[in-house]
Amino acid sequence: MSALRLGRGLIERVWLVAVAVAAWEIVTRRVGETYFPPPSTIVKALREQWFSGPASALFLSDKALDDFSASLAHLFVGWAAAGVAGVALGAAIGRSRVLHDLLDPVLQFLRAVPPPTLVPFFIMVFHIGATMQIVTIAFGVVWPVLLNTSDGVRGVDALQLETARVFGVGRFRRLFQVILPAAAPKIFAGLRVALSFALILMVISELVGSTEGIGSELIGAQRAFELPRMWAGIVMLGILGFLFNALFMLLERRLLRWHAGAKRLAG
Amino acid sequence: MLQITGLTHSYSDGHVAIDSLDLTVADGELLSIVGPSGCGKSTLLRCIAGLIRPTGGRITLNGAAVDGVPDDLAVVFQDYSRSLFPWLTVRDNVALPLRRRGKSRAERRAAAQEALESVGLPDAGRKYPWQLSGGMQQRVSIARALAYRPSLLLMDEPFGSVDAQTREDLEDLVLQVHRAEKMTILLVTHDIDESVYVGDRVVVLNRSPARVHADLPVTLSADRDQIETRGLPEFVRLRAEVGRLVRGGARIPGAVPAGAAGGILKSDIRHQKGVGPDTMADSESGGTRPTR
Ligand SMILES: Nc1ncnc2c1ncn2[C@@H]1O[C@H](COP(=O)(O)OP(=O)(O)O)[C@@H](O)[C@H]1O
Ligand SMILES: [Mg+2]
Repeated sequence: MSALRLGRGLIERVWLVAVAVAAWEIVTRRVGETYFPPPSTIVKALREQWFSGPASALFLSDKALDDFSASLAHLFVGWAAAGVAGVALGAAIGRSRVLHDLLDPVLQFLRAVPPPTLVPFFIMVFHIGATMQIVTIAFGVVWPVLLNTSDGVRGVDALQLETARVFGVGRFRRLFQVILPAAAPKIFAGLRVALSFALILMVISELVGSTEGIGSELIGAQRAFELPRMWAGIVMLGILGFLFNALFMLLERRLLRWHAGAKRLAG
Repeated sequence: MLQITGLTHSYSDGHVAIDSLDLTVADGELLSIVGPSGCGKSTLLRCIAGLIRPTGGRITLNGAAVDGVPDDLAVVFQDYSRSLFPWLTVRDNVALPLRRRGKSRAERRAAAQEALESVGLPDAGRKYPWQLSGGMQQRVSIARALAYRPSLLLMDEPFGSVDAQTREDLEDLVLQVHRAEKMTILLVTHDIDESVYVGDRVVVLNRSPARVHADLPVTLSADRDQIETRGLPEFVRLRAEVGRLVRGGARIPGAVPAGAAGGILKSDIRHQKGVGPDTMADSESGGTRPTR
């Protein structure tokens, strides 16, 4: 019964995608333009490129493991570092009026600087390689986390803070059990935005300065004029972005179940 | 002992919520505070809890000036729903403050469960506050305060959202806890019956800004029973008296004017409407409670 409903829901959602892919296949075959290989060719390239491995490794080939692990390690390390720094700094700024008034103009300016413009500078300082990529990602994605955290922390209900004070909840536990949970919906929204930024910055940093990873694979394919391989890289990045977002939403929904529940009842 | 002298508070918008209020509460006393809504009752409790720094006057608790939240104090906030943490289960909400009491996790949980049972919510522990009705949330916030075992408990209209039957049970619970734990309790209510039934003493506040309009001892035995006590002539008399005082009506013989009950005779008696020196003398003989 519920499996049936689930299946129907899935069909309702993906039918348009299937139709679009089919139309794309037909059109590209008809036209026969080298710049736009048909989806079937791209899928084949995708398989040769990364998914020719054994089933035990989820069909991932050795090359996939190399490329992905390099790219994703940079992405997650950069994102996590930005997450920790953003929450810590954002909480401090959100708690302190003085700090907020002092730093807000600077932060607004730094946030307005498009992160890719700093790539040349980071290449100069860190040279091409993992450090430079991680720094690019971390510096680029820290802002939504930091600003959302400071916003969320400043917006904590005064009565909740008073309750914590009255009942002798100490500073440390007040931060971790009252302030951060209360700000969590905003913090998570910031982390989600940061994750999609991180993927973008990961690709950019690999396009300009890397010899490994999905982005450098993409640029290599372009230089070799292997269009199906290049398209495979593009599709792969799309899939990754989609997967990350879906996984994060799943996590967010679990951790913030109380928020959804409380909001539903209040509204 | 809680001693309040000349307490004045005006909010930043210039609104004067409390104007030179004097009040003394002995250790272990259960004081009912009644007054029209908006007169400054919540403001008074917040000042005592150290959450608001009053713009004038002095509050001392056991001789020390209140500056910040005193130790061993619990509050049942009027806005109980917002004072519960929606990300914690009901049991964790009740258990959260107990960490400070140096209890183990298991002890904290047991104490929380016990408090929840005492307010008639034995099965709510695993739920979240937002899954409960308003009345149940109010009981959770009462359970949290009781589990904390404070020496001073401030309750701001704590039974406003519960049904009549539960309300009576909770009144009896407060009486029982008060007696067993010897805690000092200030209970703000707008229910005149309740103020007399629960209190050792009833303080009636003026219409805004708050000042003590009258302060009368409840001359009922400490053992109270919902049906019997409420039928006693003395109860009926007190209730009528408080009722008239709340409405700002005429003086009734036996009511103790402000200041007298606490043993502080202040010159600001003249601020009180219709209270002259003669009624003072009259009421002094009418039995003031000694203060410790
Ligand atoms: N934060 C505030 N800022 C300004 N005025 C306030 C604030 N809180 C309460 N007041 C005003 O002070 C008066 C007393 O409020 P309150 O103590 O809540 O009364 P009560 O609890 O007796 O109903 C009311 O007129 C209210 O509008
Ligand atoms: Mg109030």
